Amino acid sequence: MSQGFDFSIAIGGAAGQGIATPGNILARMFVRRGLHLNAYNAYQSIIRGGHIFLTMRVRDREAPSHGDRIDLLLCLNQDTMTRHLRHLGAGGYAVYNADNVTPGEHQDGVHLCGMPVGELTGDAKNKLAQNTAALGVIAHVLGLDFEVLESALTLQFQRKGEAVVSSNVAVARAGYEFSSANFTPLADPLPENPEPLAVWTGNDALAMGGAAAGVKFYCAYPMSPSTGVLHWMAKNARELGIMVRQVEDEIGVANMAVGAAHTGARTMCATSGGGFALMTEAIGSAAMMEIPVCFINVMRAGPSTGVPTKTEQGDLWQALGASQGDFERIVVAPKDAHDAFNCIGEVFNLIDRYQCPAIVLSDLLISEGTFSVPPKEIDMSPPIERGKLIREANGDSGPYNRYLDTEDGISPRAVPGVPGHVHVVATDEHDEEGILISDEFTNPIKRRQMVEKRARKLDDYFSRVPAPEIEGDEDAEVTLVGWGSTAGVIEEAMEQLQADGVKVNRVAVKWILPFHGEAVAEAISGARKTLIIENNHSGQFHRFLRGETGITADGHIRKYDGEPFMPHHIADGVRAHLAGDVPGGVFVPDQEIIV
Amino acid sequence: MTIELREQPLAAPLKAKDFKGKVDPDWCPGCGDFALLRATQMSVAELGLFPHQIVCVSGIGCSSNFPGYFNAYGMHTLHGRALAVATGVKMANQTLTVLATGGDGDGYGIGGNHFTHTARRNVDLTYLVMNNQIYGLTTGQVSPSSSVGMKTKSTPFGNIERPINPITSAIMNGATYVGRGFSGNIKQLVRLIKGAIEHPGFAVIDVFSPCVTFNRDNTYDFFRQRVSPLEDEGHDPSDWKSACERAMEWDERIYTGLFYQDQNVPSLHALEPILEGGAPPVSHVPEAITQEQRDRIVRRMM
Repeated sequence: MSQGFDFSIAIGGAAGQGIATPGNILARMFVRRGLHLNAYNAYQSIIRGGHIFLTMRVRDREAPSHGDRIDLLLCLNQDTMTRHLRHLGAGGYAVYNADNVTPGEHQDGVHLCGMPVGELTGDAKNKLAQNTAALGVIAHVLGLDFEVLESALTLQFQRKGEAVVSSNVAVARAGYEFSSANFTPLADPLPENPEPLAVWTGNDALAMGGAAAGVKFYCAYPMSPSTGVLHWMAKNARELGIMVRQVEDEIGVANMAVGAAHTGARTMCATSGGGFALMTEAIGSAAMMEIPVCFINVMRAGPSTGVPTKTEQGDLWQALGASQGDFERIVVAPKDAHDAFNCIGEVFNLIDRYQCPAIVLSDLLISEGTFSVPPKEIDMSPPIERGKLIREANGDSGPYNRYLDTEDGISPRAVPGVPGHVHVVATDEHDEEGILISDEFTNPIKRRQMVEKRARKLDDYFSRVPAPEIEGDEDAEVTLVGWGSTAGVIEEAMEQLQADGVKVNRVAVKWILPFHGEAVAEAISGARKTLIIENNHSGQFHRFLRGETGITADGHIRKYDGEPFMPHHIADGVRAHLAGDVPGGVFVPDQEIIV
Repeated sequence: MTIELREQPLAAPLKAKDFKGKVDPDWCPGCGDFALLRATQMSVAELGLFPHQIVCVSGIGCSSNFPGYFNAYGMHTLHGRALAVATGVKMANQTLTVLATGGDGDGYGIGGNHFTHTARRNVDLTYLVMNNQIYGLTTGQVSPSSSVGMKTKSTPFGNIERPINPITSAIMNGATYVGRGFSGNIKQLVRLIKGAIEHPGFAVIDVFSPCVTFNRDNTYDFFRQRVSPLEDEGHDPSDWKSACERAMEWDERIYTGLFYQDQNVPSLHALEPILEGGAPPVSHVPEAITQEQRDRIVRRMM
């Protein structure tokens, strides 16, 4: 279809069979060659057993999604072979341990690469040997010199000692040599780009964005798929001087974060929908006390416990409506891991300026995906703007009003410890001094004054946050609107449609609240047909867009089976809509890869 | 960046009245909470503290209005969450003296989970619980510390649940300073509070603070007839078993005073690796990371 190198390797097996290790080794090999990577791991909430299926797409240019195809399937068990052999087309490779896996029906032209692992390794009992032998086969098929794999294995296993390194290298070499003697490598071998890339997950990127923005207090309760942020923070805490705390529950997390942020430390916490539900009352308290805290919700399929290891864009309304009352908040849904990294720094400058909470909506697809990133583009020195923060004694001896009703609504914010600025912050409504008006005299004039003061703070928000723009063909037949993590897959769907001669453009929304309603309405005002694409059942973004702009889309493409969109799902949906072949107006693609 | 949080005003040491807040308490006349407020103001004055060095964090309830009546930095937070917020404050700026105040419903009911874990972590906080054994602000319902048989608006036929024992709970959960006071004995309260603030760990003082409006059972008279200071008993506060035995007594005699203290357990911030060696509080360190730190992180990703 498209020019250049574009190859997808899938590794399937049961939890506990060690899929992560060959996945990591391959990822490192690819990014060191400057190749781009987009990997999605389909898994279940199980430590041993089940079916884990890692799809790793490697490309000589950016890989905005995990793609549509499987080109090489590594079966670590029979179940993987049985489920997925049919997904391989002509020229595809199935790599498996011939000692215990048997291929079945397959399409013509598939290379069946069975390895006699017991014979190759002389150790039929070593269950991990097949993984390493397979790496040898894959390296050969991709046209790599064995030395490339050898150095990757050395790097991976050097912490475990020389013996582990040499035994792995020997097994891999046996696989490589067997493959050389028996299997046909790719006609176009794995290319190499001049600049090596780095690799991260979306959760790494969120955590690094926090570290770069100067987060000095991070707390969390473990919850999939957000836990990777906690792991990154904990691992790097000492080196970066970040205090990291694991708390008893997400209620404690959110409230502890509010306390820490009140002292002047930039503070962040991450969770998923269920934990976010527990945090919501504290989010309102941050708004009422005017304390900036960054809350990350890594969305997974709900409701309730839902499908803990599957993705969904189902928490938009939860974020919009988190906490009782009517208050200002920032809600942002980054488009990919790199955007997630950058957006944390942007968010902190905004919430320090506006002294309000922010909610970052990531999802499993971004957070647990593994992606390449050009190291030069990892800017860990973003501008840090703390707004009207007073952290040091400044000679002022008062009077000081924490909630001074200023022209822009933003009051100078002194933190505890500063002489001359003693005050009480309260979750009750209060006056400019911070004195409660809720108990004795609920003064309607002061109440109105404070509501308007808090609302006014965000008046210049739209001048600081870019509005989404329309991208793609002019005079398009169809305009695609998505939000958050679907940006990459929509981009690739557009490429497929354009290759078929369909004129298409799109709007990718990132900043959700406050919403650039006018700009978005303007951007899509000329659209001939507007389709909204989202990873949920009820069209949460569509209802939001309609509420903010009055725009009703012409059709929808939605997926809510737990698995993310693949580009062809969207391209098929667009074609069906253009053909007028979508009864009810909502196209729901079938998930072909069942995991 | 210099940290001058401990900058002292030129004024002479302050008096209790200097810790009077911007507004007067709206508690019912005769409420036990007045005594604890007074005792706290006396304690911090006697310890030579200044208002800007103290943060008083509360939850929701009659007694949680405390920070508004106390001249210090204050946070009047959510129902049950005072200890979680206070932990955040203390850990992010360990140079502050952090008090948490609230009631029995706030601390032992809705906030019970945080009570358990704050004790376990031995966070260096002073937690003052104004225990009136009733929900007052909601006009009189049973609380986690109400006695069996107590008739309230939500238990018109008498409470069938046994009350929590705050003293044994605190000791068992790991609190390292556990005392009980009574609003009828300000002198003892001052001793307990000063000891709690000076104690380097989680200090809990459960204070019998009678609700004169909604609790007709546990009145000043009820306590006056029963309270017995541990100081008079030769009780050894390092003996947790004896402390628990005395804390279990209720009907005839109710002990007050310092039940338990262990000064050998380091507080959470003393154990926190990034605060080793007298490091400045994370609230006041420069935000930016260095180019070397950035390069090390990125190298590990390649």
